[in-house]
Amino acid sequence: MESVTIKNVEKTFPNRDNKTFFTVFKDISLDIKEGEFVSLLGPSGCGKSTLLNIVAGLDKPTSGAAYVGETKISGPGSDRGVVFQEAALMPWLNVIENVMFALKKTMDKATAKKHAEKYLKLVHLSKFLHSYPHELSGGMKQRVAIARALSMDPKVLLMDEPFGALDEQTRMMLHKEVQFIWEQTKKTILFVTHNIRESILLSDRIVLMGTRPGGIIKIFPVDLPRPRIPSSPEFIQLEEDIMSILGGEIEKVMREEMGDDFNSKKASLLYGTDSNMGNHI
Amino acid sequence: MVLIAIWEIIYRIYSKDTTLFPSPLGSVQQLYIGLFDTGILATALGESMQRIIIGFSMAVIIGGILGVLLGVSKLADETLGSLVIALQSVPSIVWLPIALVVFQGGPGAIYFVVILGGTWAMTLNIRMGIKNVSPILIRAAKTMGYKNTELVWRVMLPASIPSALTGARLAWAFGWRALMAAELIGRGGLGRTLMDARDFFNMDLVVAIMIIISVIGLIVEYLIFSKIEKKVLSRWGLAKNA
Repeated sequence: MESVTIKNVEKTFPNRDNKTFFTVFKDISLDIKEGEFVSLLGPSGCGKSTLLNIVAGLDKPTSGAAYVGETKISGPGSDRGVVFQEAALMPWLNVIENVMFALKKTMDKATAKKHAEKYLKLVHLSKFLHSYPHELSGGMKQRVAIARALSMDPKVLLMDEPFGALDEQTRMMLHKEVQFIWEQTKKTILFVTHNIRESILLSDRIVLMGTRPGGIIKIFPVDLPRPRIPSSPEFIQLEEDIMSILGGEIEKVMREEMGDDFNSKKASLLYGTDSNMGNHI
Repeated sequence: MVLIAIWEIIYRIYSKDTTLFPSPLGSVQQLYIGLFDTGILATALGESMQRIIIGFSMAVIIGGILGVLLGVSKLADETLGSLVIALQSVPSIVWLPIALVVFQGGPGAIYFVVILGGTWAMTLNIRMGIKNVSPILIRAAKTMGYKNTELVWRVMLPASIPSALTGARLAWAFGWRALMAAELIGRGGLGRTLMDARDFFNMDLVVAIMIIISVIGLIVEYLIFSKIEKKVLSRWGLAKNA
């Protein structure tokens, strides 16, 4: 297990004309302790996935740097396991081969097989070792992806909206599995989500990110005992606190996407706040 | 069956006026004689098969390597890519005159044309396959410590097998057509025998050879490519009813 440090990271993308630049976020610093479960929460476009990709080494920061323990991140590596929104399983390999795919570089075949079986057992897929990805449901595929990431025994587990594409029931089940896995392995987990409830349910700390300019708005520590109950008053209070800030951010995003249309009657009814109250009378 | 009956009837009507109209019975007879009696068809068939198998294999290998190169390297794609597309639009048989001169009429000329016929289809399909590998698979493999050539071998190539198969299928079809055309002009094989049969006004033999050509086409299409394709598509999860 290792800590993750993000130091003054900035990310800009060139605009289409290649002359001007669009800043996703700048000057982001964040310390994640060993064994901590941290969620990045924010509206779409705030750069939370980009930040995760920088830690994964798949994107390079424009300035600043991220560290795992003391080591500066310069590219992707097996010390950081990544679970994406899509399971990203190799369609030509069956379940166990997919997990072994991650282990081939460091182990011989027999050890890799044992190892893969162990982690697939952890996500309750022992019955499906020889199924192909297209034969599995979305939730099962995502569990294979989690097993694959964990099997490399990474120091840090990065999860990029891993349950975003799943239905509610499956998601609830996988929340329990992730909590169980986290308690078992005590991995440092960085978890990207846009679901407030999910972030409160799972994490030690919630990092709320905003857009234009992107950055960290506020960090909420979650001091509720586990397992957390979504109907408890503390849970609801925290949810409302976060929503009140996030609501403003979402309005900002909508205003930008809709342009002038934002001031129309329907839009102000749907997204309106105090500022344009009475516009439609 | 009905078509064959109509053919036989038409033959009966016209056979009084000309001997050049082939008959179905005569064709089957010639087929039998050629394959088992005199053996001219058997020899010709063997020769053609040898040519197409070697030519096809070479086309798949060369096309495969070129396709991977074009798919992986942007530089290669920008320089060689348009050349390949230009070459692909040229029917390979038009290379035969040059090939005959270069290989001095030897068997090399026909191989050359067959290989050229199949290579470009293979190249373009493999290139497509590699370009269409979903980026998430590559990103995922990168997080597992795979780099450069390993990514090509372990992810891009297996992921592009379905389009490679389409490429091989086309390469076979183009190669087979190129071979027949080349043999009509060149030496040996079914194509040459076809021309010889015409020179002897043996139209039944001509039809017999055409039957062989189409039967081989059917066998390769249905017994080889279709079967492999079915297997691959269902394993890759691309089949509709899987």
